Formats: sequence, structure tokens, C-alpha cells
Amino acid sequence: MTINRRGFLGISGAAIAVSAVAPGLRLIELAEGRAPDQAVTPKQRWGLLIDAAKCADGCTACIDACHEENGVTGNNRPATDPQWIRKVTVEDNTTGFRQSFPVMCQHCEHPPCVDVCPTGASFKRADGIVLVDKHTCIGCRYCMMACPYKARSFIHEVTTGQKTHAPRGKGTVESCTLCVHKVDRGDNTTACAVACKKEGHEAILFGDLNDPGSEIRKRLKQKPSTQLRPDLKLNTGVRYQGV
Amino acid sequence: MANIHYRPFEGCTTGFYGVLAVLAGVLLAALGAAWYMEHNGHWVTGMTNQVIWGTPHVFAVFLIVAASGALNVASISSVFGRALYKPLSRLSGLLAVALLAGGLMVLVLDLGRPDRLIVAMTYYNFKSIFAWNIFLYVGFFAVVIVYLWVMMERRMNIYSKSAGTFAFIWRLILTTGTGSIFGFLVARDAYNSALLAPMFIVFSFAYGLAIYLLVLMAAMKGASRDLGDVVFTRLRRLLGVFIAGSFYFVLVYHLTNLYITQRHGIEAFVLLDGGIYTKMFWIGQMLLGSLIPMVICFHSGLGKSRSLVALACLLVVIGGLAQMYVTIIGGQAFPMQLLPDKTLVSSGFFDGVVAGYRPSLPEILLGVGGVAIALLLTAVAVRALPFLPESLSDTVADPHHKTT
Repeated sequence: MTINRRGFLGISGAAIAVSAVAPGLRLIELAEGRAPDQAVTPKQRWGLLIDAAKCADGCTACIDACHEENGVTGNNRPATDPQWIRKVTVEDNTTGFRQSFPVMCQHCEHPPCVDVCPTGASFKRADGIVLVDKHTCIGCRYCMMACPYKARSFIHEVTTGQKTHAPRGKGTVESCTLCVHKVDRGDNTTACAVACKKEGHEAILFGDLNDPGSEIRKRLKQKPSTQLRPDLKLNTGVRYQGV
Repeated sequence: MANIHYRPFEGCTTGFYGVLAVLAGVLLAALGAAWYMEHNGHWVTGMTNQVIWGTPHVFAVFLIVAASGALNVASISSVFGRALYKPLSRLSGLLAVALLAGGLMVLVLDLGRPDRLIVAMTYYNFKSIFAWNIFLYVGFFAVVIVYLWVMMERRMNIYSKSAGTFAFIWRLILTTGTGSIFGFLVARDAYNSALLAPMFIVFSFAYGLAIYLLVLMAAMKGASRDLGDVVFTRLRRLLGVFIAGSFYFVLVYHLTNLYITQRHGIEAFVLLDGGIYTKMFWIGQMLLGSLIPMVICFHSGLGKSRSLVALACLLVVIGGLAQMYVTIIGGQAFPMQLLPDKTLVSSGFFDGVVAGYRPSLPEILLGVGGVAIALLLTAVAVRALPFLPESLSDTVADPHHKTT
């Protein structure tokens, strides 16, 4: 096979173009890895996978760890004390089968709390984490009316022992932040997931739902999973298996 | 219609100042209660993380709904051209503004951060019906005040139909917004219904007119002015129609829910086994708030008695508060489900059980304070400006009226 001059130039040109552009593309990819001072992008969708079958009855390691990590303290008043994460027990209506699992903010793709918030204090980050802006929350509690998961708490009294990464103020609303400070630090996990693993249960897995190579996506691909209140079609960031 | 003359409420009667003093006292107590709740945090109230909106919201929403309804009397005159209602219009606009002020005061003072009201006025999320309502409420003040000016300034009278029509449309949108605060909540079985918006509009007709008639009777009596049977009977029958309309909407709302299997739980809760909420519904909303006043308003014999009709108006108010209690607090007390076909049996956060709620004194004081400021504003305004007609005697209301 002979290559004429025109063909040779074409192939050479293409080769040069590829070798010139490829490192650039790689650079773009690298640049998308986020530095701490850069804005989050929708490239990631952080979420949790909770395997109810592995969740031990009576274990509260995730709750304790969450509240410790985020400085969430109560005053022995269960009705008004805050809860970022709780354990619930459900019973199958037909079979009577019971199981427990933790429930926290589900970090919905279409969060009702964000829809109803009059000031925009309830917001969803580009990477799917739903948060409350403590500066613009006026304490109207409409988000708590709207949340199907009872995931939010109103701060009913003066707070003590706050953590710098999780500011809390009387008269505003709060909920699970998906340990956003840890996510932004690159820890790639949450306090509840760490605690659950430490207890040997591994019922909570944190990860990027958008990354096909992530552990969370692989596990979701292997076995059926569900969302809480699937009828509402909120596309939650927290998924459940074994329920 | 004879020429209508208006005059401020006159006479330094001890009664008038006595009423002012009582209202001011209640208002002070309400402000004290609000300070106490804000200072300590909401744990001192009956509200919790389960029942998030409590008694203040019952009063606030009731007053806001009633405010838009109180404007109806003016609308009937300006928009629908009924001459008989013309002398009644000014008081109607005044009450609308005053009741809204009362409702908003309660709503704002119950915020977790009332000091951040400026944030609510400067940051908006336009997908939130609450944000829309901020515009609708503030706009309502402006619209109704302009409407009042157009009605009260002789040179501007020619615009009263256009101003009245604009205010009428505004109030319909406003109550749609108030009903939609609940109608747009998808999570809870008691809400999540387009029916709530029109239902709140019909409720507003009844609540607003009941308060209007009570205030009109008290003011005319206090000022020793005539309130003839022609006007009185017309308003009484209209109130009856509005109560019947409210009754119809409640019926359709519950029938719809009873047809939807998913909602049998909430229906059983409200209609059968919800304890205080069931009692509030049947005794408060239905018997006291609907059936008894309806009978009084439509019965030609009973309806002649001014005191019985005043009682009927009061019952509509009580029934309205009971209705708001069932809707707002009952709707939150009923537990939410997380998964289909599974019942929440326990949790560390009151899941799966009916949430407890007991109204606390500061909450009640704040709510009643909203009523107090509405009445206080009305009383001061009718004394300062010519809101009340000199007479509503039968010959003034209807020159062709013949006493039989």
C-alpha cells in the first residue's frame, strides 16, 4: 500500500492534532477535580446507600456519631430536641415482618423543602447536597411542613457546643448536611457511615451516584433498591436496599 | 338610594374607651408573650418538631382568610353594583386591612427569627407560594387603601368600580395563595389538594361577613345609629348562603378523600377516632360553626332576633377557628408514611404515632392579640374618619321600602 503525499499529510496532521489536544483534554479532566475554593459542580451527585438487612436492631452508632460530629445536642426534651438522623422500625402490613433502618435528610433531586422556602435559605448544591443557609433562614418552618421524611428540626432553644463547621442558631431550621464539611475536605465519607463501619455493620455507604465506577453505583446496580416515599418521585440521594 | 352621609364614631363614652383599654391590654399581653417565646425559644410553647405550626398559625391563617372575606361587602357594591351595600363599603375595606394586619402580626411574631423580617422582604424564592404571599399580602394593603381613598374622596368616586374590581380580583388571588400554602404540600395526606384554594375562598366569605356583621352591629349600636331590617336581613341571609357554601366544600373535600383509599387513614382520623380533632370537627366546625348558624340565618323567626344572629356570627368565628385547628394542627398530628405497605411502628422521633400538641398560654395570647389589634385599628379608624354611615335605617337603605 502506497501513501500519496496528500494522504501522508492528512494522517500526520491528524496525529499531531490528537497529540496536541489529548493532553489538553486530560488537563480539563484534572481541572475538574475541585480545589477547596472552587464551586461544586453537578458532575457529582453525593448520596448514601443504606442496607436495612445489615442495620442492627438497637444500634445507634450512626446517630451518636452524627450528633457528635455536628455538635447536635439536646436538653432531654425529646419533642423539641433536634434530630439529624433517627432509627425507625417499620412493619409489613401483610406479613408483620419488622426491620429497622436510619432515616435522615434524603437529599432529594427535587426537594420540597427547597421549593417552599420563601427566602431561598433552603437550597440544593450542584452536587445534590440539600442545606439550610443559616443567614437567610427566618424560622418560618414551612420546609418542615413540606418534608415528607420529617428530616428537619427547628432549633427550639439556645444552642451550646457548636462546631465551627456546623453553625446552629436558635430560631432556624437544620438537618443532615451529608457531612458537607467532610465531603468538601475530600474525606469521601460521612460520620454515620464511618461509625456504622466501625461497628462492623457496614449498613451505610457514602458515594457519588453519578460515577459508574463508584462502590455505591456498583452495589446499586447489583441489587434492587428503593427510595422512601417513591410515589412522590423526588429522586432521593439516599437509597435503601433490603426493605 | 338616598344620599349617604358618613360621620366618625362620636361621643367620649366610657364604653368606647373601655373597649380600647381592654384591646390595648390584650395586645400588650400578646407582645409580652411574643417576646417571651422569642427570648426563650419555641420550646416554651406547645409546638414541637412534630407539630411545627401551632395555635398562632390557627389565628393567623383565620385572620388572613377573614380579611379577604371582609372585603366582599364592598365588592358587592362596587363590582356587582348592588346599591344597598354602598353605605356598608367603607367599613368593609377598613376591616379587611385591619384583619390582615392582625393576621400578619401573629404570623411574623411567631417566626423563629422575627428580627429577620427584612430578609423575608429582600430574598425571594419565586417557586415558594409563601414568597408570593408576601407580595399578595403587602399588595392587598396598598390596593385596599387606594380603594378606600377612591370610595371616600368624592372626586375619585368615579374610579370606585375599577378600584373595587381590582381589589376583588386581588383578594381572590390572595386567598388562593393562602389555601395553596396547604394545597401545595405534597407530603401530608390532609393537604395536597387543589380543592383547598377555592375552599378557603368560600370559607373567607363566611368568616369575613360574620366578623363584618358583628362589628357593624356593635358599632351602629354603640353610636346609637339605626341599622334597619332591610340591611340586616340581607346580610343575615347572605351569611347563611356563605355558610352553606362552606359546608358544601367541606362535604366534597371529605367525600373525595373517602373515595381515595390512600387517604382513608386521615379521614378516619378526622371523622372518627382523632380525639380532640374529631371533636373539633364535628362539634366545633360542623355543629357550632355550620349547622346552628345556618339555621339561625335562614329561619325567618329566629333570624329576626339581633342577639341570635350575633350569636350565629360568633359561632361562625368559633367554627372557623375550629376548622383551622383541625386543618393545620390535625393535619400535622396525623403521622406520615415512609414506605407503601409498611407501617411505621416506632422510632426515636415520634414516627407512626399521632403527635401530641397542647396549646400553651403564650401561643393563645399571641393569637388573640392578632384579633385585638384588628379590632383596635378598626375602633380607632372609625372614630377618626367617617367610615360609618349616619344611618342604615330602612328608608336610607331602600327608599321604596314600605313598613308593613
